[in-house]
Amino acid sequence: MADASSTVLTTADGRPLKAALATALVRAKRRAFLLVLPLLLFVLLTFLVPIGYMLKRSFEHDGFTASAPALVEWFAAHPDFDPANPPEEAFAALTQDLARMQVEKTTGIAGTRINYSVPGTISLFKKGAREAKDMTPPYREALVALDAAWGTPVLWRGMQSAASTYTPEFYYVASDMKLTDSGWQRGGDKERIYLYLFGKTFLVSGIITVLCLLLAFPVSHLLATLPMRKSSLLMILVLLPFWTSLLVRTTTWIALLQEQGVVNDLLVNLGLLSDNGRLRMMYNMTGTIVAMTHVLLPFMILPLYSVMRVIPPSYARAARSLGATSWTTFRRVYLPQTLPGIAAGSLLVFILAVGYYITPALVGGADGQLISNLISFHMSKSNWSLAAAIAAMLLAAILLLYWLYDRLIGIDRLKLG
Amino acid sequence: MALPTYASPLEKTWHYTYLVICALVFLFLIAPILIVIPLSFNAEPYFTFTEKMLTFDPEGYSLRWYDALLTLGHPNENAARDAAWWATAWERSTWIQAAKNSFWVGLWATILATTLGTIAALGLSRPEMPFRRLIMALLISPMIVPIIIIAVGMSFFYAKACVAPDSAMAAIFGVFLSNKGCLANSHLGIIIAHAVLGIPFVIITVTATLSGFDQSLIRAAHSLGANPRTTFFKVIMPLILPGVISGALFAFVTSFDEVVAVLFIAGPDQQTIPRQMFNGIREAISPAILAVATILVTFSVLLLATVELLRRRSERLRGMTPR
Repeated sequence: MADASSTVLTTADGRPLKAALATALVRAKRRAFLLVLPLLLFVLLTFLVPIGYMLKRSFEHDGFTASAPALVEWFAAHPDFDPANPPEEAFAALTQDLARMQVEKTTGIAGTRINYSVPGTISLFKKGAREAKDMTPPYREALVALDAAWGTPVLWRGMQSAASTYTPEFYYVASDMKLTDSGWQRGGDKERIYLYLFGKTFLVSGIITVLCLLLAFPVSHLLATLPMRKSSLLMILVLLPFWTSLLVRTTTWIALLQEQGVVNDLLVNLGLLSDNGRLRMMYNMTGTIVAMTHVLLPFMILPLYSVMRVIPPSYARAARSLGATSWTTFRRVYLPQTLPGIAAGSLLVFILAVGYYITPALVGGADGQLISNLISFHMSKSNWSLAAAIAAMLLAAILLLYWLYDRLIGIDRLKLG
Repeated sequence: MALPTYASPLEKTWHYTYLVICALVFLFLIAPILIVIPLSFNAEPYFTFTEKMLTFDPEGYSLRWYDALLTLGHPNENAARDAAWWATAWERSTWIQAAKNSFWVGLWATILATTLGTIAALGLSRPEMPFRRLIMALLISPMIVPIIIIAVGMSFFYAKACVAPDSAMAAIFGVFLSNKGCLANSHLGIIIAHAVLGIPFVIITVTATLSGFDQSLIRAAHSLGANPRTTFFKVIMPLILPGVISGALFAFVTSFDEVVAVLFIAGPDQQTIPRQMFNGIREAISPAILAVATILVTFSVLLLATVELLRRRSERLRGMTPR
């Protein structure tokens, strides 16, 4: 090939080989993509669109804009008004809207919307709407005489904020911020409900991950080092819980751990506990942690096992023959080789634990609830936008962890069973 | 895992401690699942072993909680058990209705997820696939994103996903939707939701099977004159079938066990077994739940056995070392 630069390789029909290969590659790419396309469209429509819709809802609430048009118009015309001292025409618009709400029966909707940022407004709006049609100017005096809350800056800030359909307010509420006379501020320590629960959820997930790791490590090591025939048999003990219904596993923990349950009965019969001193292990955080550790343990064992199985035992033998103690061998030679498995298992268990709903809902009682249960609570109370905002914050945390998982381990290396 | 002959006494002690720890962890894994089986035959309405059960007195055991599964929702539960009684039970009993719903929803969700997922996995495992990593991450995300978030999103969206009455769309899709023509409170809504949740499992198992698949077999089939369809059904499908079936089983189990999406998007007509169990555990917990649990454990044992057999067959087909 001395004169390769002068002759261009061609295909049989005379086209340059490079161009022909490029065309073939494009065609192959298109063909591969077309195979994935139907599923992609399905997932887009039935998974991404609903989640996008939820994100939209977390910014959207038309409870006030739809029911108080006059005030909304006034707010739009006067964006820079002083909430501490709103002019008479604002009160006139408010009175007009209140009278209208009474007729259209939208008082509750509007009051609920303001109630997110200014607590206690549902009854305030109801009272105001009942009296509004009989009010005469000056409206400010009339409303304030009815309830001094009508003159407070915090209420006017709340109404101004609610006057636009799209608002970041639900994210403020979900991060424990409070609307005060001078605007949104961080709430006091006792008012940190949501961030506290986020923190608690992460803490509990961390505890569960550590527990799973501690329990899974020896078992995975045993499974990885036993001869195949024996380890296949023992593997069934890991896979059976994996295949068993989550509700069944949660039910069995109730049967085991409740006050009249199997474990307490056993301890009482053995004389380790008095009948009055039965342990409370169910319907509290202990119940949540024990049941979730049991449910998530296979997700730790399987990745650990698949990493440990391919670690050559000769490395440990070499370390021992060079004079290392068994502890040093484990710490310096074996443990570092299992790190990919530890990372994969821990991240997976942590991600799954953070979003757990069913187990805490059933065995957690009042104290063992996690962030998912709070989302469900707000959904059941029809606080849809707030539920969506909390869910969006949880989603952001999960996606960050998922991204980390993909970077560190690679999503295509996820294996089941 | 035998101990080397040069092991010191300390190492020997540690080794046996380690074996005991492993045994305890296995006990932790399996005991809670096995313990429901005897408890479900309790003659008393308790969640624990009675004295009669512990002394193996036959009076301590009964089938009353299995019977309760048949009679709940039965209009005349105390009537004589003739053919008509059983027919009514089949039509009216709450748990049997729930089982039927679960089965049909699971079946259709599995068909949907497996068909779409297998075709997509074929594309994903081709080396030329563009944006492979991103698409893979997207398709697996229903497994990672908390189910509560998916359920919330779907409950918002399904309430709006309606067809106008008397429109062409209503004529085609109306029978699958709720009375109001929406996806919310309809069987189709749950089937779609469960299919989405099952897709990651199908993708994972089928791409895993395809990773050991020799792509030159396809070229060989083409060079011998097979068209793409023949190649798919005669060459690819027989080799990846074990992976497809275990993916389908995963998808079915996911649907059969799913309760959160059902709680959020289903109406009273879509009572499923997990939903019935969830409500049962929350409200009046009775050993009837343990009877259902025992039946479900039996199912999972059968499923596990099937999947294990398939996995071995798949490894044999792909020429991997038998285990």
